[in-house]
Amino acid sequence: MKEAHTETLWFCLVAMMIAGYAVLDGFDLGAGVVHLFVARTEAERRSVLASVGPVWDGNEVWLLAAGGILFFAFPAVYASGFQGFYLPLIIVLWLLILRGIAIEFRNKVSSLVWYPLWDVVFAGASAMLAIFFGAAIGNVVRGVPLDRSGFFFLPLWTNLRLTPAAAVLDWFTIIVGLGSLAALTVHGALWVAMKTTDAVAARARKAAEVAWWAVLVITALLVIIVPIVQPHLGHRFGDAPWGFVFPLAAATGMFGMKLLNGAGRATGAFLASCLYIVGMLTSAAFGLYPYLLPSNTDAAAGLAVYNSAAGSYGLTVGLFWFIPGMALVAVYFTFVYRRMV
Amino acid sequence: MDALTVHRLHFAFTAVFHYLFPQLTMGLALLLVILKTQALRTGQECYNHAARFWGRIFGINFAMGVVTGIPMEFQFGTNWAFFSRASGGVIGQTLAMEGVFSFFLESSFLGAFLFGERRLGPRLHWLSALLVFLGAWLSGFFIIATNAWMQHPVGYQLLPDGRFALASFWALLLNQWAWWQYMHTMTASVVTASVVMAALGAFYLLTRQHFEYGRMFVAMGVTAGLIASCILIFPTGDAQGRNIAYDQPVTLAAMEGLFTNERGAPLMLVGQPNMSEKRLDNPIYLPRVLSFLTFRRWKAEVNGLDAFPEDRWPDNVPLLYFAYHIMAGLGTIFVAVLALAACMLWRGRLYDTPLLLWALMLLAPFPYIATTAGWVTAEVGRQPWVVYGLMRTAVGSSVEVSAGNAIFTLIGFAGMYSLLAVLFLFLLYLEVQRGPEAAVDEHGAANESESGSAPAGD
Repeated sequence: MKEAHTETLWFCLVAMMIAGYAVLDGFDLGAGVVHLFVARTEAERRSVLASVGPVWDGNEVWLLAAGGILFFAFPAVYASGFQGFYLPLIIVLWLLILRGIAIEFRNKVSSLVWYPLWDVVFAGASAMLAIFFGAAIGNVVRGVPLDRSGFFFLPLWTNLRLTPAAAVLDWFTIIVGLGSLAALTVHGALWVAMKTTDAVAARARKAAEVAWWAVLVITALLVIIVPIVQPHLGHRFGDAPWGFVFPLAAATGMFGMKLLNGAGRATGAFLASCLYIVGMLTSAAFGLYPYLLPSNTDAAAGLAVYNSAAGSYGLTVGLFWFIPGMALVAVYFTFVYRRMV
Repeated sequence: MDALTVHRLHFAFTAVFHYLFPQLTMGLALLLVILKTQALRTGQECYNHAARFWGRIFGINFAMGVVTGIPMEFQFGTNWAFFSRASGGVIGQTLAMEGVFSFFLESSFLGAFLFGERRLGPRLHWLSALLVFLGAWLSGFFIIATNAWMQHPVGYQLLPDGRFALASFWALLLNQWAWWQYMHTMTASVVTASVVMAALGAFYLLTRQHFEYGRMFVAMGVTAGLIASCILIFPTGDAQGRNIAYDQPVTLAAMEGLFTNERGAPLMLVGQPNMSEKRLDNPIYLPRVLSFLTFRRWKAEVNGLDAFPEDRWPDNVPLLYFAYHIMAGLGTIFVAVLALAACMLWRGRLYDTPLLLWALMLLAPFPYIATTAGWVTAEVGRQPWVVYGLMRTAVGSSVEVSAGNAIFTLIGFAGMYSLLAVLFLFLLYLEVQRGPEAAVDEHGAANESESGSAPAGD
């Protein structure tokens, strides 16, 4: 294996884009999950929607940008993964479409049928997406049946067992999916608690409190089963113990949000939830490195930074526009979050 | 149906449907900047009303563009995995730049533009319109640069394993195909937005409502539309045609329905390609004009299809021929109708000429047809290549995705997009009914229904 510094840097940047997506779109997905429970009257529903309305689209751009960066930096992973996960990805697209129009078009018509219809679509699609994104990460952690051609194709489900000829959904990826649903429920509820007042905020705090227990249970479960499902991850933490900062950050975030939410400090609790999500995702990324998409049938066929990256000239040039580009993004997001929500 | 055909239809269908929306929003973004500038300069509130009204139309179209655009970014991988793996090292560059430089800009400031007029004040609101415009037009550039590389690959290096690596960043961005194609495409989007604006204005005048705004929309739409549709033909369309003549001569021959080499080649106006006899049936043509347009000499020789081996011909010559002729024919009609309308406008008689107002109103769908035909020309013209001259479309698709799976998702998209189309038309109809003077609250709902029920987020 040759030294691959630029490739490793892009690996970190892809992980950063995904973490950015999870934290940002995560809260509006989570707001969707709790929408029907925390907001009952029309005015309350509007207040939840108003808290994500001006920003959800910008948040979703992180998914597009992460996809674009993956395409640019690791075309072999993009091509293989998107083809291999064909069916779930197309379903994700349909859910994103339904959710997008639900948010954008809900308030356009004043009708007692129109509002609840789109509220349910918004909530349902948000919850399904939270599960699918978790299951996607579960698939990447578990590995897929890549062979030397660098391609694979997964059915949606077979018998839910964890076998090498896997499917997108098995018991492991379902657990990760549910973990993601729980985490984003807390995340979104805390956002709503932070951005609304009175009854909605109180119910949101309560929802975060309840869902937090699911986060705790599933996180504890994952700590036990992930190293068994993906032994590479255990070796990575064994070889480079400094990597424990990532799970430690996740643990800090997890207990932090419990304590801060309990103390009625919604903003602090929300930030702790951000830390938890980033900690979990960076732990996975650290544990998988150098693989972006490991193979569960032939370890050497896994797609890693050294066999799936674009040419080094392109990657180096990319840094010259990516860094100033993302600095600009930070400026826009600061503006939008300070002025608009 | 074989899987390759389904993958091609999949992309063609989703791309054509998607592009119905950005072609309006990109052009409209420019018109919104003009409206906001007028409002700032003259201080007249009617320009702000107009900007808010078109902002709402923009918002609906933008939402449609976003939700149908995300599948495009995914489909490179899901349906064209071999093409993506081979060329991601080059076009991943422009696609990623689109995400970083334009999507973030556009989405951040669109929220500010649509919901923030009161919070931001006139100057910042004007700025947010400008930034939305900038984001939209940058987005267009990066997509066109990507397409231009597929039409005319530059700045790449072919690796031994068949992948392409970027060799020159600036060659990729300064590809001369990209610049002409970009200007042609953006001008076309200004035509779409202008014609839609003029058509709605004409509708208001003909139905005797919102006179002030009807006149404003007609005047602005006709003026901007005439300028843009002239630029569409010359210099951008002309330059685009000559790019094709030099870099894809076989495509030019197929577009023009020229089956044999000719000195002083005619420009075919009408006629049907007859593929079994290899000739154009029932032609009406202008002698020698094609030679002149292509090489600026009346007697220049233009290669016909027979000058090229048949396996390099575009795989659907009639479709290409008709798409091109529909585009070019409609472009000419736009200039004619808009020039006539502009004439009457300057003489102050347009608003009282129902026949022309009818013509303007009924013109609305045609820019969409012309733009779609233009893209069909570009994409069918590129065949049988996915990367011109380097990689055939037949080897670019996702071979692991079976025809059955691809048909399933194609039907799913067809259903989903039918639903979107119905919703879109319904919401557009409501906005048109409400009209430019309707007071609408910050969340896009008309105040008549929900008075005082919109608490702010913070």
